[in-house]
Amino acid sequence: MRISIENFTKTFGDTTVIKDMSLEIRSGEMLALLGPSGCGKSTTLFAICGIHRMNGGRLLFGDKDVTRVSSQKRNVGVVFQNYALYPHMNVFDNIAFPLKVRKETRAEIDRKVQEIANLVHIGELLHRKPAQLSGGQQQRVALARALVREPDILLLDEPLANLDAKLRLEMRSEIRRIQQQTGITAVLVTHDQVEAMSMCDRIAIMDNGKIVQLSSPKEMYEDPTSDFVAGFLGNPPIAFLEGKAAGGGFRLANSEITLPVPSGITIPDHGAAMRFGIRPEFFQPNNGLKLNGKISFVETQGREELYDVMLENGAVLRSIQSQGAGHKLGDEVSWGIAEDRILAFGPDGRRL
Amino acid sequence: MQSNFRNWPVLLVLFVFSAPLLIMLTFLLVDAFTTKVPGTMIPNGLTFHHFRFLWTDLDDGSWGIWGVTLNTFNFALFTSLSVSAISLTAGYALSRLAFPARGFFLGSLIVLHAFPTVTLIIAIFLILQLLGLYNTLIGVIVVKAALELPFGIWVMKGFYDTVPWEIEMAGVQDGASRFTVWWQLVLPQVQPGLMAILIFSFLSGWSEFILPMVLAPGTEAQVLSTYLATMLLDGGTQADFNLFKAVGLFYALPVIIIYLVFQNKLMNIYGGGTKG
Repeated sequence: MRISIENFTKTFGDTTVIKDMSLEIRSGEMLALLGPSGCGKSTTLFAICGIHRMNGGRLLFGDKDVTRVSSQKRNVGVVFQNYALYPHMNVFDNIAFPLKVRKETRAEIDRKVQEIANLVHIGELLHRKPAQLSGGQQQRVALARALVREPDILLLDEPLANLDAKLRLEMRSEIRRIQQQTGITAVLVTHDQVEAMSMCDRIAIMDNGKIVQLSSPKEMYEDPTSDFVAGFLGNPPIAFLEGKAAGGGFRLANSEITLPVPSGITIPDHGAAMRFGIRPEFFQPNNGLKLNGKISFVETQGREELYDVMLENGAVLRSIQSQGAGHKLGDEVSWGIAEDRILAFGPDGRRL
Repeated sequence: MQSNFRNWPVLLVLFVFSAPLLIMLTFLLVDAFTTKVPGTMIPNGLTFHHFRFLWTDLDDGSWGIWGVTLNTFNFALFTSLSVSAISLTAGYALSRLAFPARGFFLGSLIVLHAFPTVTLIIAIFLILQLLGLYNTLIGVIVVKAALELPFGIWVMKGFYDTVPWEIEMAGVQDGASRFTVWWQLVLPQVQPGLMAILIFSFLSGWSEFILPMVLAPGTEAQVLSTYLATMLLDGGTQADFNLFKAVGLFYALPVIIIYLVFQNKLMNIYGGGTKG
């Protein structure tokens, strides 16, 4: 089911959390609302399911205006960060609760619960209490409960935040599998860019109650519209070089070095502040545009090694290289930037 | 706790301070079942004579012990039920609903909780007279319940506060009405609090003395505590103290039993409903 949010405004008391936001979520897609805490992503989610009333704007499911429809009637499944399982009921009763509320027949309930339990792989746990389940299993129960009444929309609020690293990896692909199998329209709220990129068809990145960019993960990574987006995506994160436009080139701050500006980037007026964003995979020994520096930090990650290189002016670039290159802390190196991969940003943070 | 902390000095101090109580309780127990030559301390025979009030009419103008006990039971039970029912709903409202003057209500709860009851007694007396509830059991129940409520509401609010709001929101998303959510999802979580309030206000009603004495002094609405008091007052210097002790023991027995059976649940009040 398509979700359209039109000119959504939300205030709590005197503070405006979200102002005039519009977003369209396509039918059957999984969309991530990504952003730092306090950016309004959970508020948006709770507005979609009706926990928060909208102070302004409209919300449409398909062609139906649901702005004033109560939570109970919106037919939206929600998975909360802490799962919100009903502690006094066993797994079966937890999953069956939405069906019992709708007064479905016993046989119908049995069949549907069994079916959904098999889908999320908890068929053997139906008689356990939530307290007897591991985090990952509780997560599956929460998903099953949200999905059992065949909602039009599935909302996930930081569903992986309470899991340990290994389980998080497993549940990431599990949630995606279940979403694709059911073909449901899903919205995922997360502050973890890896989650957003690996699970979703599109990402809406939010900052200060506004959607900064809305595009596919790949596009957003390669073609960010602002330094905020560039800095938010990517692990290890992108490194920025500060400087200003000088004579058709980019003069590094506190330094005599001037880098050529790649073609296709409009250079601002002489003397205007600029930033170059360089991702760690594009700062490598073999690239053309060389910079001299000293390795100031080495992090072994197993398959790869991450180096921080401090340039002569004190700026730091990151480089990620396959294991075995053998560079050491304090080594003087002269590595190069992949010229065509430089992301240049103007003084206001906009991409040039 | 073993070598560097010896606990016998502490035990000794505690024993010295509680000795008067222990001695009195011992004599209550002993005297209720024995006979003595006046002026001596050591009993000289076993008897159930002091418990004759259980099967004979003492001819003191009262209902007889069983009528009084029934009164006491009704008083405690209905106080407890009304306190629990109101605390259960009021506590939820204070914990979850945003209604006008919520802060005022919360503040007044604490003030009322700390308010000395006795100072209100004349006003209550007048009000009951006006309503025609003076000298009735219902009147005393209403007053007692009202005075117990601040504590009950406050405790229940504490229990409701520990229930994650996501559980309610999940219930609402699952299509249940607010009432169904409260009844089926929230109430089971605060059940320990409910049990504690039920028992606590029952015990409190059972042992209440001032209110029945002032507001229902007649024999119709007599409860065990006032029965005991009149026994002393009417007897004057001739009062049968052994009979008094036997009635006292009979009066205290349910409290002791209830406490022994439910002590874990009562402790919940102080744990605030968290699961250990």
